[in-house]
Amino acid sequence: MSLEGKNLTFAYRCRSKELVLQGVNLTLEEGERLGLSGPSGRGKSTLCRLLAGYERPTGGQVLLDGAPLTHQRGRPSPVQLLWQNPELAVDPLLPLGRTLEEGGPVEERILERLYIQPEWKRRYPSELSGGELQRFCIARALGPATRFLLCDESTAMLDLVTQAQIWDFLLEEAQRRNLGLLVVSHSDTLLHRLCTRIQIL
Amino acid sequence: MRGNVRRSTWYLLLLTAAVLLGIGIAGAMLYDRAMVTDFARKNLPPGLPLLFGTDWMGRDMFARTLAGLSLSIRIGLLTAGVSAGLALILGVAAASVGGWVDSTLSWCMDLVLGIPHILLMMLLSLAFGKGFVGVVAAVSLSHWPSLARLLRGEVLQLRQAPYFRVAEHLGVSRLRMVRLHVLPHLLPQFLTALVLQFPHAILHEASITFLGFGLSAEQPAIGVILSESMGYLTTGRWWLALFPGLALVGVVVLFAQMGERLRRLLDPASVHE
Repeated sequence: MSLEGKNLTFAYRCRSKELVLQGVNLTLEEGERLGLSGPSGRGKSTLCRLLAGYERPTGGQVLLDGAPLTHQRGRPSPVQLLWQNPELAVDPLLPLGRTLEEGGPVEERILERLYIQPEWKRRYPSELSGGELQRFCIARALGPATRFLLCDESTAMLDLVTQAQIWDFLLEEAQRRNLGLLVVSHSDTLLHRLCTRIQIL
Repeated sequence: MRGNVRRSTWYLLLLTAAVLLGIGIAGAMLYDRAMVTDFARKNLPPGLPLLFGTDWMGRDMFARTLAGLSLSIRIGLLTAGVSAGLALILGVAAASVGGWVDSTLSWCMDLVLGIPHILLMMLLSLAFGKGFVGVVAAVSLSHWPSLARLLRGEVLQLRQAPYFRVAEHLGVSRLRMVRLHVLPHLLPQFLTALVLQFPHAILHEASITFLGFGLSAEQPAIGVILSESMGYLTTGRWWLALFPGLALVGVVVLFAQMGERLRRLLDPASVHE
Protein backbone atom coordinates (compact mmCIF):
# COMPACT_ATOMS: atom_id res chain seq x y z
CA MET A 1 0.00 0.00 0.00
CA SER A 2 1.16 3.50 -0.67
CA LEU A 3 -0.14 7.03 -0.18
CA GLU A 4 0.81 9.38 -2.93
CA GLY A 5 0.35 13.10 -3.49
CA LYS A 6 0.69 13.88 -7.16
CA ASN A 7 1.40 17.40 -8.37
CA LEU A 8 -0.70 18.85 -5.52
CA THR A 9 -1.80 22.46 -5.84
CA PHE A 10 -3.97 24.17 -3.28
CA ALA A 11 -5.42 27.60 -2.57
CA TYR A 12 -7.65 28.27 0.42
CA ARG A 13 -9.91 30.58 -1.54
CA CYS A 14 -11.25 29.61 -4.92
CA ARG A 15 -9.75 31.56 -7.79
CA SER A 16 -7.29 33.10 -5.39
CA LYS A 17 -3.87 33.79 -6.93
CA GLU A 18 -2.12 32.92 -3.69
CA LEU A 19 -1.30 29.23 -3.86
CA VAL A 20 -0.38 27.58 -0.59
CA LEU A 21 1.00 24.54 -2.37
CA GLN A 22 2.16 24.36 -5.94
CA GLY A 23 3.03 21.11 -7.72
CA VAL A 24 4.04 19.17 -4.63
CA ASN A 25 4.85 15.49 -5.07
CA LEU A 26 5.13 13.12 -2.14
CA THR A 27 5.02 9.35 -1.74
CA LEU A 28 4.64 7.48 1.52
CA GLU A 29 5.09 3.72 1.43
CA GLU A 30 3.77 1.29 4.01
CA GLY A 31 6.24 0.77 6.82
CA GLU A 32 8.09 3.90 5.85
CA ARG A 33 8.72 6.87 8.14
CA LEU A 34 8.88 10.03 6.11
CA GLY A 35 9.93 13.31 7.72
CA LEU A 36 8.59 16.59 6.39
CA SER A 37 10.22 19.84 7.32
CA GLY A 38 10.23 23.39 6.08
CA PRO A 39 9.78 26.95 7.30
CA SER A 40 6.50 28.17 8.76
CA GLY A 41 3.81 29.00 6.26
CA ARG A 42 5.12 26.66 3.59
CA GLY A 43 2.00 24.54 3.71
CA LYS A 44 3.09 21.53 5.74
CA SER A 45 -0.17 21.36 7.67
CA THR A 46 -2.15 22.02 4.51
CA LEU A 47 -0.37 19.14 2.81
CA CYS A 48 -1.29 16.87 5.72
CA ARG A 49 -4.93 17.94 5.50
CA LEU A 50 -4.94 17.21 1.77
CA LEU A 51 -3.34 13.80 2.21
CA ALA A 52 -5.82 12.87 4.96
CA GLY A 53 -8.76 13.96 2.83
CA TYR A 54 -9.86 16.92 4.98
CA GLU A 55 -9.51 19.29 2.01
CA ARG A 56 -9.77 18.73 -1.72
CA PRO A 57 -6.75 19.79 -3.74
CA THR A 58 -7.29 22.61 -6.26
CA GLY A 59 -5.07 20.70 -8.68
CA GLY A 60 -3.43 17.28 -8.64
CA GLN A 61 -4.50 14.11 -6.90
CA VAL A 62 -4.13 12.17 -3.70
CA LEU A 63 -3.81 8.48 -4.51
CA LEU A 64 -4.14 5.55 -2.17
CA ASP A 65 -2.76 2.45 -3.85
CA GLY A 66 -3.07 4.21 -7.18
CA ALA A 67 -6.78 4.99 -6.73
CA PRO A 68 -8.05 8.44 -5.74
CA LEU A 69 -8.55 8.75 -1.97
CA THR A 70 -12.27 8.92 -1.22
CA HIS A 71 -13.94 8.93 2.12
CA GLN A 72 -17.13 7.00 2.68
CA ARG A 73 -19.43 8.05 5.49
CA GLY A 74 -19.58 5.60 8.35
CA ARG A 75 -16.28 3.93 7.39
CA PRO A 76 -13.01 4.74 9.07
CA SER A 77 -10.48 6.32 6.74
CA PRO A 78 -7.19 4.39 6.36
CA VAL A 79 -5.34 7.72 6.52
CA GLN A 80 -5.57 9.36 9.93
CA LEU A 81 -4.29 12.79 10.84
CA LEU A 82 -3.07 13.78 14.29
CA TRP A 83 -3.88 17.45 14.57
CA GLN A 84 -1.52 20.08 15.78
CA ASN A 85 -3.99 21.25 18.45
CA PRO A 86 -5.53 18.31 20.29
CA GLU A 87 -7.91 20.59 22.21
CA LEU A 88 -9.70 21.37 18.93
CA ALA A 89 -9.87 17.74 17.89
CA VAL A 90 -12.00 16.55 20.81
CA ASP A 91 -15.63 17.44 21.49
CA PRO A 92 -15.70 19.79 24.51
CA LEU A 93 -19.04 18.37 25.70
CA LEU A 94 -18.04 14.69 25.76
CA PRO A 95 -16.07 12.91 28.45
CA LEU A 96 -12.88 11.54 26.92
CA GLY A 97 -13.96 7.93 27.32
CA ARG A 98 -16.72 8.59 24.79
CA THR A 99 -14.34 10.48 22.50
CA LEU A 100 -11.96 7.55 22.61
CA GLU A 101 -14.70 5.16 21.44
CA GLU A 102 -15.23 7.18 18.26
CA GLY A 103 -12.60 5.11 16.52
CA GLY A 104 -13.96 1.82 17.87
CA PRO A 105 -12.75 -0.05 20.95
CA VAL A 106 -9.14 0.69 21.91
CA GLU A 107 -6.81 -2.02 23.18
CA GLU A 108 -5.87 -1.77 26.84
CA ARG A 109 -2.22 -2.23 25.80
CA ILE A 110 -2.26 1.03 23.81
CA LEU A 111 -3.74 2.97 26.72
CA GLU A 112 -1.09 1.59 29.04
CA ARG A 113 1.75 2.41 26.68
CA LEU A 114 0.46 5.97 26.31
CA TYR A 115 0.15 6.27 30.12
CA ILE A 116 -3.54 7.14 29.91
CA GLN A 117 -4.95 6.91 33.46
CA PRO A 118 -8.34 5.17 33.65
CA GLU A 119 -9.89 8.09 35.59
CA TRP A 120 -9.04 10.52 32.77
CA LYS A 121 -11.76 8.86 30.71
CA ARG A 122 -14.44 10.36 32.92
CA ARG A 123 -13.07 13.88 32.56
CA TYR A 124 -14.00 16.54 30.04
CA PRO A 125 -11.43 18.06 27.66
CA SER A 126 -11.20 21.29 29.69
CA GLU A 127 -10.03 19.23 32.66
CA LEU A 128 -6.97 17.76 30.93
CA SER A 129 -3.77 19.27 29.56
CA GLY A 130 -2.84 19.44 25.89
CA GLY A 131 -0.38 16.59 26.19
CA GLU A 132 -2.93 14.37 27.91
CA LEU A 133 -5.47 15.15 25.21
CA GLN A 134 -2.94 14.37 22.47
CA ARG A 135 -2.45 10.88 23.95
CA PHE A 136 -6.19 10.30 23.64
CA CYS A 137 -6.07 11.51 20.03
CA ILE A 138 -3.23 9.10 19.26
CA ALA A 139 -5.01 6.14 20.86
CA ARG A 140 -8.19 7.06 18.97
CA ALA A 141 -6.40 7.32 15.61
CA LEU A 142 -4.82 3.86 15.90
CA GLY A 143 -7.94 1.91 14.99
CA PRO A 144 -7.64 -1.39 13.13
CA ALA A 145 -8.36 0.26 9.76
CA THR A 146 -5.53 2.78 10.00
CA ARG A 147 -2.71 2.24 7.49
CA PHE A 148 -1.12 5.67 7.42
CA LEU A 149 -0.67 8.08 10.29
CA LEU A 150 0.14 11.71 9.61
CA CYS A 151 1.62 13.46 12.63
CA ASP A 152 1.39 17.21 12.19
CA GLU A 153 3.74 18.57 14.88
CA SER A 154 1.89 16.28 17.21
CA THR A 155 4.39 16.42 20.02
CA ALA A 156 5.54 20.03 19.69
CA MET A 157 3.73 21.08 22.86
CA LEU A 158 5.11 18.28 25.03
CA ASP A 159 8.20 18.13 27.26
CA LEU A 160 11.12 16.05 26.06
CA VAL A 161 10.50 13.03 28.29
CA THR A 162 6.88 12.74 27.17
CA GLN A 163 7.89 13.29 23.55
CA ALA A 164 10.35 10.42 23.82
CA GLN A 165 7.74 8.16 25.42
CA ILE A 166 5.19 8.87 22.73
CA TRP A 167 7.57 8.47 19.81
CA ASP A 168 8.96 5.26 21.27
CA PHE A 169 5.46 3.88 21.33
CA LEU A 170 4.51 5.21 17.88
CA LEU A 171 7.64 3.77 16.23
CA GLU A 172 7.09 0.40 17.83
CA GLU A 173 3.42 0.38 16.84
CA ALA A 174 4.21 1.49 13.29
CA GLN A 175 6.78 -1.28 12.97
CA ARG A 176 4.48 -3.91 14.42
CA ARG A 177 1.57 -3.02 12.14
CA ASN A 178 3.67 -1.88 9.19
CA LEU A 179 2.07 1.59 9.27
CA GLY A 180 3.26 4.42 7.06
CA LEU A 181 4.22 7.41 9.19
CA LEU A 182 4.50 11.01 8.06
CA VAL A 183 6.24 13.16 10.65
CA VAL A 184 6.03 16.92 10.34
CA SER A 185 8.36 18.85 12.59
CA HIS A 186 10.54 21.93 12.81
CA SER A 187 13.13 19.97 14.73
CA ASP A 188 15.71 18.41 12.42
CA THR A 189 17.18 16.36 15.26
CA LEU A 190 13.82 14.75 15.87
CA LEU A 191 13.32 14.01 12.18
CA HIS A 192 16.81 12.51 11.79
CA ARG A 193 16.22 10.35 14.82
CA LEU A 194 12.82 9.09 13.70
CA CYS A 195 12.65 8.98 9.97
CA THR A 196 13.92 6.78 7.22
CA ARG A 197 13.66 9.59 4.68
CA ILE A 198 13.28 13.36 4.91
CA GLN A 199 11.60 15.66 2.44
CA ILE A 200 11.89 19.43 2.63
CA LEU A 201 8.95 21.54 1.53
CA MET B 1 -21.09 35.51 45.18
CA ARG B 2 -21.46 33.84 41.80
CA GLY B 3 -22.63 30.60 43.36
CA ASN B 4 -25.33 32.53 45.20
CA VAL B 5 -26.67 34.16 42.05
CA ARG B 6 -26.78 30.79 40.38
CA ARG B 7 -28.61 29.24 43.28
CA SER B 8 -31.13 32.06 43.64
CA THR B 9 -31.74 31.88 39.89
CA TRP B 10 -32.52 28.20 40.33
CA TYR B 11 -34.94 28.94 43.20
CA LEU B 12 -36.72 31.63 41.18
CA LEU B 13 -36.94 29.30 38.21
CA LEU B 14 -38.47 26.54 40.31
CA LEU B 15 -40.84 29.01 41.99
CA THR B 16 -42.07 30.29 38.61
CA ALA B 17 -42.55 26.76 37.36
CA ALA B 18 -44.45 25.86 40.56
CA VAL B 19 -46.75 28.89 40.24
CA LEU B 20 -47.54 28.02 36.62
CA LEU B 21 -48.11 24.38 37.52
CA GLY B 22 -50.39 25.49 40.37
CA ILE B 23 -52.45 27.68 38.01
CA GLY B 24 -52.68 24.79 35.58
CA ILE B 25 -53.94 22.33 38.18
CA ALA B 26 -56.24 24.79 39.98
CA GLY B 27 -57.79 25.84 36.68
CA ALA B 28 -58.44 22.25 35.66
CA MET B 29 -60.15 21.60 39.03
CA LEU B 30 -62.23 24.79 38.76
CA TYR B 31 -63.39 23.92 35.25
CA ASP B 32 -66.85 22.75 36.36
CA ARG B 33 -67.37 25.75 38.64
CA ALA B 34 -66.48 28.04 35.75
CA MET B 35 -69.42 26.70 33.73
CA VAL B 36 -72.05 27.26 36.47
CA THR B 37 -74.52 30.03 35.67
CA ASP B 38 -76.53 31.66 38.47
CA PHE B 39 -78.74 34.57 37.50
CA ALA B 40 -79.29 35.47 41.14
CA ARG B 41 -75.78 36.89 41.32
CA LYS B 42 -75.23 38.37 37.84
CA ASN B 43 -73.12 41.47 37.18
CA LEU B 44 -71.58 41.60 40.64
CA PRO B 45 -68.50 43.85 40.89
CA PRO B 46 -65.31 42.34 42.29
CA GLY B 47 -65.26 41.80 46.04
CA LEU B 48 -65.63 38.98 48.54
CA PRO B 49 -66.22 36.09 48.16
CA LEU B 50 -66.25 36.45 44.35
CA LEU B 51 -62.81 38.00 43.82
CA PHE B 52 -63.13 38.92 40.15
CA GLY B 53 -66.89 39.49 40.21
CA THR B 54 -69.44 37.82 37.93
CA ASP B 55 -70.61 38.35 34.35
CA TRP B 56 -74.06 38.84 32.81
CA MET B 57 -74.88 35.14 33.28
CA GLY B 58 -73.70 35.08 36.89
CA ARG B 59 -70.59 33.03 36.17
CA ASP B 60 -67.72 33.29 38.66
CA MET B 61 -65.03 35.26 36.79
CA PHE B 62 -62.25 34.07 39.09
CA ALA B 63 -62.99 30.44 38.27
CA ARG B 64 -63.42 31.29 34.62
CA THR B 65 -60.12 33.16 34.45
CA LEU B 66 -58.20 30.36 36.16
CA ALA B 67 -59.83 27.71 33.98
CA GLY B 68 -59.01 29.79 30.90
CA LEU B 69 -55.39 30.22 31.97
CA SER B 70 -55.12 26.52 32.66
CA LEU B 71 -56.46 25.75 29.20
CA SER B 72 -54.00 28.27 27.74
CA ILE B 73 -51.10 26.71 29.62
CA ARG B 74 -52.03 23.24 28.41
CA ILE B 75 -52.34 24.45 24.84
CA GLY B 76 -49.05 26.32 25.26
CA LEU B 77 -47.26 23.20 26.51
CA LEU B 78 -48.60 21.09 23.68
CA THR B 79 -47.93 23.58 20.89
CA ALA B 80 -44.51 24.59 22.17
CA GLY B 81 -43.54 20.93 22.46
CA VAL B 82 -44.79 20.05 19.00
CA SER B 83 -43.32 23.08 17.26
CA ALA B 84 -39.95 22.88 19.00
CA GLY B 85 -39.75 19.15 18.25
CA LEU B 86 -40.61 19.83 14.64
CA ALA B 87 -37.99 22.58 14.49
CA LEU B 88 -35.33 20.31 15.98
CA ILE B 89 -35.97 17.47 13.56
CA LEU B 90 -36.26 19.65 10.46
CA GLY B 91 -33.39 21.97 11.35
CA VAL B 92 -30.97 19.14 12.11
CA ALA B 93 -32.11 17.17 9.05
CA ALA B 94 -31.64 20.18 6.74
CA ALA B 95 -28.14 20.88 7.95
CA SER B 96 -26.83 17.35 8.31
CA VAL B 97 -28.24 15.88 5.11
CA GLY B 98 -27.68 18.94 2.93
CA GLY B 99 -28.24 18.99 -0.81
CA TRP B 100 -31.80 19.08 -2.08
CA VAL B 101 -33.19 18.23 1.37
CA ASP B 102 -31.61 21.39 2.74
CA SER B 103 -32.87 23.50 -0.17
CA THR B 104 -36.41 22.17 0.18
CA LEU B 105 -36.56 22.61 3.94
CA SER B 106 -35.03 26.09 3.79
CA TRP B 107 -37.57 27.03 1.16
CA CYS B 108 -40.37 25.79 3.43
CA MET B 109 -39.01 27.83 6.34
CA ASP B 110 -38.88 30.96 4.19
CA LEU B 111 -42.37 30.29 2.93
CA VAL B 112 -43.90 29.93 6.39
CA LEU B 113 -41.95 32.91 7.72
CA GLY B 114 -43.05 34.96 4.72
CA ILE B 115 -46.78 34.66 5.43
CA PRO B 116 -48.15 37.05 8.10
CA HIS B 117 -48.40 35.09 11.33
CA ILE B 118 -52.00 35.82 12.30
CA LEU B 119 -53.27 35.19 8.79
CA LEU B 120 -51.48 31.86 8.58
CA MET B 121 -52.83 30.75 11.95
CA MET B 122 -56.39 31.74 11.05
CA LEU B 123 -56.17 29.74 7.84
CA LEU B 124 -54.61 26.70 9.53
CA SER B 125 -57.13 26.76 12.35
CA LEU B 126 -60.01 26.92 9.86
CA ALA B 127 -58.48 24.10 7.83
CA PHE B 128 -58.22 21.91 10.92
CA GLY B 129 -61.81 22.61 11.95
CA LYS B 130 -61.25 25.23 14.68
CA GLY B 131 -61.72 24.20 18.31
CA PHE B 132 -58.90 22.72 20.40
CA VAL B 133 -57.38 20.74 17.52
CA GLY B 134 -57.51 23.74 15.21
CA VAL B 135 -55.76 26.03 17.67
CA VAL B 136 -53.05 23.50 18.52
CA ALA B 137 -52.40 22.72 14.86
CA ALA B 138 -52.38 26.39 13.87
CA VAL B 139 -49.99 27.53 16.56
CA SER B 140 -47.61 24.58 16.34
CA LEU B 141 -47.45 24.52 12.53
CA SER B 142 -46.68 28.23 12.32
CA HIS B 143 -44.04 28.55 15.04
CA TRP B 144 -41.31 26.11 14.04
CA PRO B 145 -39.42 27.91 11.23
CA SER B 146 -37.51 30.53 13.24
CA LEU B 147 -36.12 27.93 15.64
CA ALA B 148 -35.49 25.46 12.81
CA ARG B 149 -33.47 28.08 11.00
CA LEU B 150 -31.46 28.89 14.11
CA LEU B 151 -30.69 25.21 14.75
CA ARG B 152 -29.79 24.66 11.11
CA GLY B 153 -27.20 27.44 11.36
CA GLU B 154 -25.80 25.94 14.55
CA VAL B 155 -25.41 22.51 12.96
CA LEU B 156 -23.75 23.98 9.86
CA GLN B 157 -21.24 25.69 12.12
CA LEU B 158 -20.68 22.51 14.14
CA ARG B 159 -20.00 20.53 11.00
CA GLN B 160 -16.92 22.64 10.31
CA ALA B 161 -15.46 22.12 13.79
CA PRO B 162 -12.24 20.05 13.75
CA TYR B 163 -13.55 17.50 16.25
CA PHE B 164 -16.60 16.95 14.06
CA ARG B 165 -14.48 16.33 10.97
CA VAL B 166 -12.11 14.06 12.86
CA ALA B 167 -15.05 11.96 14.06
CA GLU B 168 -16.31 11.70 10.49
CA HIS B 169 -12.91 10.44 9.37
CA LEU B 170 -12.90 7.94 12.19
CA GLY B 171 -15.99 6.38 10.65
CA VAL B 172 -18.72 7.51 13.03
CA SER B 173 -22.06 7.02 11.28
CA ARG B 174 -24.34 9.93 10.48
CA LEU B 175 -26.96 9.08 13.09
CA ARG B 176 -24.34 8.59 15.77
CA MET B 177 -22.78 11.92 14.81
CA VAL B 178 -26.12 13.61 15.47
CA ARG B 179 -26.55 11.88 18.82
CA LEU B 180 -22.96 12.29 19.96
CA HIS B 181 -21.84 15.63 18.58
CA VAL B 182 -24.92 17.57 17.48
CA LEU B 183 -27.70 17.16 20.06
CA PRO B 184 -25.61 17.94 23.15
CA HIS B 185 -24.50 21.20 21.54
CA LEU B 186 -28.05 22.16 20.60
CA LEU B 187 -29.58 21.37 23.98
CA PRO B 188 -29.23 24.86 25.57
CA GLN B 189 -30.73 26.67 22.57
CA PHE B 190 -33.45 24.07 22.23
CA LEU B 191 -34.61 24.15 25.85
CA THR B 192 -34.56 27.93 26.01
CA ALA B 193 -36.49 28.26 22.78
CA LEU B 194 -38.96 25.66 24.02
CA VAL B 195 -39.77 27.65 27.14
CA LEU B 196 -39.78 31.01 25.33
CA GLN B 197 -42.23 29.50 22.85
CA PHE B 198 -44.92 29.22 25.58
CA PRO B 199 -45.75 32.93 25.87
CA HIS B 200 -45.95 33.21 22.09
CA ALA B 201 -48.22 30.21 21.88
CA ILE B 202 -50.48 31.43 24.67
CA LEU B 203 -50.80 34.94 23.23
CA HIS B 204 -51.50 33.59 19.77
CA GLU B 205 -54.04 31.12 21.10
CA ALA B 206 -55.81 33.99 22.87
CA SER B 207 -55.68 36.22 19.80
CA ILE B 208 -57.08 33.75 17.28
CA THR B 209 -59.76 32.76 19.77
CA PHE B 210 -60.53 36.47 20.27
CA LEU B 211 -60.89 36.85 16.50
CA GLY B 212 -63.29 33.92 16.42
CA PHE B 213 -61.12 31.37 14.66
CA GLY B 214 -60.14 29.37 17.70
CA LEU B 215 -61.87 27.76 20.64
CA SER B 216 -65.66 27.64 20.72
CA ALA B 217 -67.66 30.18 22.69
CA GLU B 218 -68.78 27.96 25.56
CA GLN B 219 -65.24 27.07 26.60
CA PRO B 220 -63.72 29.20 29.37
CA ALA B 221 -60.72 30.40 27.34
CA ILE B 222 -59.05 33.73 27.89
CA GLY B 223 -59.59 34.73 24.27
CA VAL B 224 -63.31 33.95 24.54
CA ILE B 225 -63.65 35.82 27.84
CA LEU B 226 -61.91 38.88 26.44
CA SER B 227 -63.89 39.03 23.23
CA GLU B 228 -67.20 38.62 25.06
CA SER B 229 -66.36 41.21 27.67
CA MET B 230 -65.67 43.78 24.95
CA GLY B 231 -69.40 44.33 24.54
CA TYR B 232 -69.85 45.04 28.25
CA LEU B 233 -66.98 47.47 28.71
CA THR B 234 -69.09 50.42 27.56
CA THR B 235 -71.76 49.62 30.16
CA GLY B 236 -69.20 50.05 32.92
CA ARG B 237 -68.42 46.43 33.71
CA TRP B 238 -64.67 46.95 33.57
CA TRP B 239 -63.81 43.91 35.70
CA LEU B 240 -64.85 41.47 33.00
CA ALA B 241 -61.90 42.41 30.79
CA LEU B 242 -59.40 43.81 33.28
CA PHE B 243 -58.72 40.81 35.52
CA PRO B 244 -58.57 38.10 32.84
CA GLY B 245 -56.39 40.39 30.71
CA LEU B 246 -54.02 41.10 33.60
CA ALA B 247 -53.89 37.42 34.47
CA LEU B 248 -52.96 36.55 30.89
CA VAL B 249 -50.17 39.16 30.90
CA GLY B 250 -49.01 37.79 34.25
CA VAL B 251 -48.77 34.23 32.98
CA VAL B 252 -46.93 35.33 29.84
CA VAL B 253 -44.47 37.33 31.91
CA LEU B 254 -43.92 34.33 34.19
CA PHE B 255 -43.14 32.09 31.22
CA ALA B 256 -40.83 34.67 29.67
CA GLN B 257 -39.01 35.05 33.00
CA MET B 258 -38.69 31.29 33.29
CA GLY B 259 -37.17 31.08 29.81
CA GLU B 260 -34.78 33.91 30.56
CA ARG B 261 -33.62 32.28 33.82
CA LEU B 262 -33.19 28.95 32.07
CA ARG B 263 -31.11 30.60 29.35
CA ARG B 264 -28.83 32.18 31.93
CA LEU B 265 -28.35 28.87 33.70
CA LEU B 266 -27.71 26.80 30.59
CA ASP B 267 -25.72 29.32 28.63
CA PRO B 268 -24.04 31.71 31.09
CA ALA B 269 -21.94 33.44 28.43
CA SER B 270 -25.06 34.81 26.70
CA VAL B 271 -25.58 37.25 29.62
CA HIS B 272 -22.80 39.37 28.16
CA GLU B 273 -24.49 39.73 24.79
